[in-house]
Amino acid sequence: MVPVATFRHITIGQYIPGESLLHRLDPRTKILVTLLLVVGLFFIDTYLGYGLAALYIALAIFRSGIPPRFLFRGLRPVIIIILLTFMLNSFMTEGEILWQWGFLTLTKEGLSKGGMLAIRLILLIVGTSILTLTTSPLALTDGLESLLRPGKRIGIPAHELAMMMTIALRFIPTLLEETEKIMKAQMARGADFESGNLLQRARSLLPLLVPLFVSAFRRADDLAVAMEARCYRGGEGRTKLKQLAFHTTDFLVLVGSSFFVLWLAFSM
Amino acid sequence: MSIEIRGLTHTYNPGTPLARTAIKNINLTIEDGETLAIIGHTGSGKSTLVQHLNGLLKPTSGTIKVDGVDITQKGVDLRSIRWKVGLVFQYPEHQLFEETVWDDVAFGPRNMGLSDEEVRSRVERALAAVDIDTALAERSPFELSGGEKRRVAIAGVLAMEPSVLVLDEPTAGLDPRGRQDMLRQIQRLQAERDLTVVFVSHNMAEVATLADRLVVMERGEIVMEGPPKTIFAQGEQLERIGLGVPEMTALMAKLREKGWDVPDSVLTVDEAEEAIMAVLRREARVGTGGDL
Amino acid sequence: MMGNKDSFITVDKVSFSYTGESGAAEGTALDQVSLNIAAGEFVAIVGHNGSGKSTLAKHLNGLLLPTSGDVWVAGMNTKDEQHRWDIRQTVGMVFQNPDNQIVAATVEEDVAFGPENLGLPTELIRSRVDEALAVVGMSEYAEAPPHSLSGGQKQRVAIAGVIAMRPRCLVLDEPTAMLDPVGRREVMETISRLNEEEGITVVLITHFMDEAVKAHRVVVMDEGKIVQEGQPAAVFQEIDLLRELRLDVPPVIELASRLRAKSLALPEAILTVDEMVTALCQLRSEV
Repeated sequence: MVPVATFRHITIGQYIPGESLLHRLDPRTKILVTLLLVVGLFFIDTYLGYGLAALYIALAIFRSGIPPRFLFRGLRPVIIIILLTFMLNSFMTEGEILWQWGFLTLTKEGLSKGGMLAIRLILLIVGTSILTLTTSPLALTDGLESLLRPGKRIGIPAHELAMMMTIALRFIPTLLEETEKIMKAQMARGADFESGNLLQRARSLLPLLVPLFVSAFRRADDLAVAMEARCYRGGEGRTKLKQLAFHTTDFLVLVGSSFFVLWLAFSM
Repeated sequence: MSIEIRGLTHTYNPGTPLARTAIKNINLTIEDGETLAIIGHTGSGKSTLVQHLNGLLKPTSGTIKVDGVDITQKGVDLRSIRWKVGLVFQYPEHQLFEETVWDDVAFGPRNMGLSDEEVRSRVERALAAVDIDTALAERSPFELSGGEKRRVAIAGVLAMEPSVLVLDEPTAGLDPRGRQDMLRQIQRLQAERDLTVVFVSHNMAEVATLADRLVVMERGEIVMEGPPKTIFAQGEQLERIGLGVPEMTALMAKLREKGWDVPDSVLTVDEAEEAIMAVLRREARVGTGGDL
Repeated sequence: MMGNKDSFITVDKVSFSYTGESGAAEGTALDQVSLNIAAGEFVAIVGHNGSGKSTLAKHLNGLLLPTSGDVWVAGMNTKDEQHRWDIRQTVGMVFQNPDNQIVAATVEEDVAFGPENLGLPTELIRSRVDEALAVVGMSEYAEAPPHSLSGGQKQRVAIAGVIAMRPRCLVLDEPTAMLDPVGRREVMETISRLNEEEGITVVLITHFMDEAVKAHRVVVMDEGKIVQEGQPAAVFQEIDLLRELRLDVPPVIELASRLRAKSLALPEAILTVDEMVTALCQLRSEV
């Protein structure tokens, strides 16, 4: 039952409606700032720098009105990766030895490096979840589409990419639900998804994957017809319910954040 | 084979902000050989309840005894329970996956570790039970019609030869012909294989023709229980929880309001005809009807 | 040739064959079907899977084009490329599976999808979305994600998505087949209201005879042909035909027919429980 139950906890792309400053920002602003932050975090290599970045992110969380537990729930699936990163770096870096047992050597430099990498990972994940938690998936795709539009000349299909993302986001919950249902139906026929060696396990997934693909294709067919019936004919001449509007606030947030993150990246 | 459910409660995502109690304190005994219908709204807990019958869901509290064995205890072989209690999900045709109809039906028996010979005879019997011609057995299940696909999927559960067959909305989405066939098949299976049948349905006419006993669920609890005639006689209460009664039962209720002396236990057209004619005959108001 | 003058949609001797991958015809789905639908009418089409009713529905807005014959929508031939999008806007379609026709991740953005495709200005899209959600009674769910809704609610959102394009006709292909009784009732009430209050022409394809009874006209299809057509009271009187086609006979209609066979003088037009009660009480008081 474990694999079935865990599907429900995935929070990636989960949007929490709200009216906060962050919710009202133009998605393009949020995407650009997030991007900048992600890149910036890789340049910071002092604890003070991370402290300031964390403060900046904490301020954003505070202004978003999102209960912090939602942000930390997003960390749960990757906690192992974070711990692993921390351990590997702590034990694999050469330097002043703090503790030793057999081939394991904990060094001061390692501890510091591991700690920093772990903090970086946490900040990356929390920072990007603020984006997805405060921006509706459609606003997000609208923003991306708008940012990618200049790339059309060099062959980037901005509208098509955005439409694909929209549909993917719309159907993720439906397909997860379906996965759970098919899994249970096969278990009712004695299917065993949990034991056996790797090859056996891979084979045992067929009764799950085949129906899932069949259903996904059927849905895709249906959806294509439904979209056509609603006059969908590509991105040409399409308008939007929610026009993106770049306000003064966006300008201020974008410029302010850019200066702050650049300063952090280059001086910390 | 009987199933005894005592104090069954199930909470999804316990201990999280998403916690939701789907069923609470269910007490129900499913008798050997009976046909039991479970009715209620979407979200009333019907599907959660039936998924406990073969151990697919573990109760938050309470016990389920299948043939005297408490399946909530540790160390119970759940797979063998699933062979005794065959569960057919809603839209079971969505679970088909093998290259041929035959292999798909054989999936269950093969999981049971039966001999090739035993698997073969079970698949043959199962396909025959749902009226699927053996000529179709080598075809891909994806080439069949909607009604045929569903019958093949049910055969896939029957091939495990369970003593209890649980069906979650077996007629959902079928056309009238498919629905009529499905009902007849369930009836025949029940009689021929001496099966205990539990089915979930939204269709009151279906319930009235098939079930020996009804269980009505609302908000995770059993609110009514008894033979169809007794339950449908309480039309007002069913109406209150947003469930209907068979059309003929509703007709009788309205006639009674207008002062007709007709029984409240009418379910079928035959019974309704008889009841109306009885009143008119008694009042000797029917003139020329030769057969009266 | 524009067909009948009073006709809003004219289906004129339409045949249609699905073609396989090789390009060869694979069975006839429609065989010389002719049908006129007047503006404001509520027509129900009943028949089994494979009777051709869904294929016919897809012809009404040009999703499929006839192999032979013509379909006219408000004077426009569906074969005419230049009218394709006008026709799709005039005749909106709602499909069986509510999950597979909702495109966007929130209700209001999904309802906006059609108007966006039409290239309407933002303010107009906003007002169309709000109106459409109000008409189907889903305003309070404007920002909800579709997967959190019940089947009936999803189907109402799908209807709103079509209504927001201001069609004159709504074609619904088994919209209640996957719903529970509450969902079915919600959707049927919405459809009736759109027909009666908004004057929208409705073509309802269904397996449920109790839904077909609510239409002005019922069309029975079998093997790609129209085998019976008329007012519900007349069509459902033909119990033998319905039996032969193995369609469900509504119990009240069957009861009426049996009572008539016992020489009770019941009127022809009994379709519902209430009509039956009235007729029986009348009969009882008369003598």
